[in-house]
Amino acid sequence: MRALGRFMRRHRRLSLASVLGAPVAWMLVIYIGSLAFMVVSAFFRLDGLSQKPTNELTGDNIKTAFTTWTYVEVVLKSVGVAVVVTTLCFVIALPAAFYISKVAAPWARRGLIVAMLLPLWAGYLVKGYAWKAMLRPGSEFGIDTGGGFLNATFGWTPGFGWIAVVLAESYLWLPYMILPIYAGLDRLPPSLLDASGDVGARPMRTFRSIVMPLLVPAIAAGSIFTFSLTLGDFITPNLVTEGKVQMIGNLIQRTLGAPNQPLAAAFTLWPLLIVIVYLAGMKRLGAFESI
Amino acid sequence: MQLTRPTQWSLRLWTWGALAFLYLPLLVIAILSFNTATSLSWPPKGLTTSWWEAAWQAEGPKAALWNSVKLASVATLIALVIGTLAAFAMQRFQFFGKQSVSFLLVLPIALPGIVTAIALRNTFDRTIDFGLFGFRIGFGFQSLVIAHATFCIVVAYNNVVARLRRSSMNLLEASADLGAHGVQTFRYVTFPLMRSALLSGGILAFALSFDEIVVTTFTAGSGYQTLPQWIFANVSRPNNVPLVNVMATFVMVVSIPLAWLAQRLADSDPSR
Repeated sequence: MRALGRFMRRHRRLSLASVLGAPVAWMLVIYIGSLAFMVVSAFFRLDGLSQKPTNELTGDNIKTAFTTWTYVEVVLKSVGVAVVVTTLCFVIALPAAFYISKVAAPWARRGLIVAMLLPLWAGYLVKGYAWKAMLRPGSEFGIDTGGGFLNATFGWTPGFGWIAVVLAESYLWLPYMILPIYAGLDRLPPSLLDASGDVGARPMRTFRSIVMPLLVPAIAAGSIFTFSLTLGDFITPNLVTEGKVQMIGNLIQRTLGAPNQPLAAAFTLWPLLIVIVYLAGMKRLGAFESI
Repeated sequence: MQLTRPTQWSLRLWTWGALAFLYLPLLVIAILSFNTATSLSWPPKGLTTSWWEAAWQAEGPKAALWNSVKLASVATLIALVIGTLAAFAMQRFQFFGKQSVSFLLVLPIALPGIVTAIALRNTFDRTIDFGLFGFRIGFGFQSLVIAHATFCIVVAYNNVVARLRRSSMNLLEASADLGAHGVQTFRYVTFPLMRSALLSGGILAFALSFDEIVVTTFTAGSGYQTLPQWIFANVSRPNNVPLVNVMATFVMVVSIPLAWLAQRLADSDPSR
């Protein structure tokens, strides 16, 4: 054992390989390998008869996925939903995170932030389902259903449509926005805020000129999750609109079930490319130091 | 920064509003699981525990629950081993491409689930041909374990790496100064330091796998049904609304305290 320890100390590279080998192999072979293979599979021609992909190469799937307006429209709407959800999460999260980190009594902070994060673990499906119960309209197909919680309590519900998707997605991913913003505010030294006040800045000015610029990486980090997870979601739109709203994820799922694996892979390039571009943008804003 | 009283109060109200927004739907489902009526309408017609008894008796949800537990346990074990190795590599070594490795590990949860799902499905479905021999992973328990472990690794990694970062190297040096060799240091210093981080990482990885539906839907095949899949399959069946409410509530009351426990464990610092 001692000998082994000495040997390992002398051979740093070997010991690095022994700890790093398995994780990198797993991620590269299984994950990156699969992603690369999926990109390739988007170029395979589908055999019309057996409905199985052949090894013959074609650009048709890509052309269909990227130039047919009906599909591009679905992509644009999905991006729109992801942007609106990200904005909404930001608007809800910022004052709440600020309150918890800077205004609430120090003893209450820990409890409040944990309370904000716990719903994250309540079950993704459960939460989408809960919104179905919240949003249920008062009548469906002319039949009085009594309606869900919103309808019964406030006499109004947005029903099962785009607003439902935006609401449910914002609900799902809100904690992902709160956590990095809270952590970012927590790292902000209070003396900086005091100094700003001492030189005569009003709170609003301090907030705009000191707090916000320093929060950019944290907000960027949070937005990665709200944006990306909303963009590819198909379960929640399915649940809260009973299949009435189609997002890019629904399109992929339907195409795969058609079954047309190559075209589904071509559609999947949309969210893959959009998120890669988004990640690159957020990286420039320093998001990866804040995850 | 001195905020005026009204500003402080508005911020407080906003925060409590956000909390209400987060908990209200969960509360609604929990209450509906005791509803005597079989619809999702509000308010409940009356309260009964009979759906909970019915769910306890029913075979479908129980089998699905057991499947989920088995899958999450195996995936968590693999994720813990790989995530811990990665954490050691990242914390104790300097090497070329370090940034890319941390990026590689977060990728499965930063990319939309459907991208991961379609990619893994495609790989599992094909026969991978090495000329002399070929093999196909196929769909079932094995494909689910591989898929789930892949996105659970980052959770285990995050917890362990955070702990390693906080625990000081002094302890290791002290251990070496006292004459301990590498294995002894690991056995008596490093491992006890990591124990609660491993536990909290394990719980969170388990919860992530237990909850996952998107990748599961595409990599499960037809023979293996997890609890989220059971719920999703039964959401659209009006007769099963009460059972779905019960199982959804069950998932919440199991996962939330576990996540809370994981949080406590992650915050605890054994070196203090």
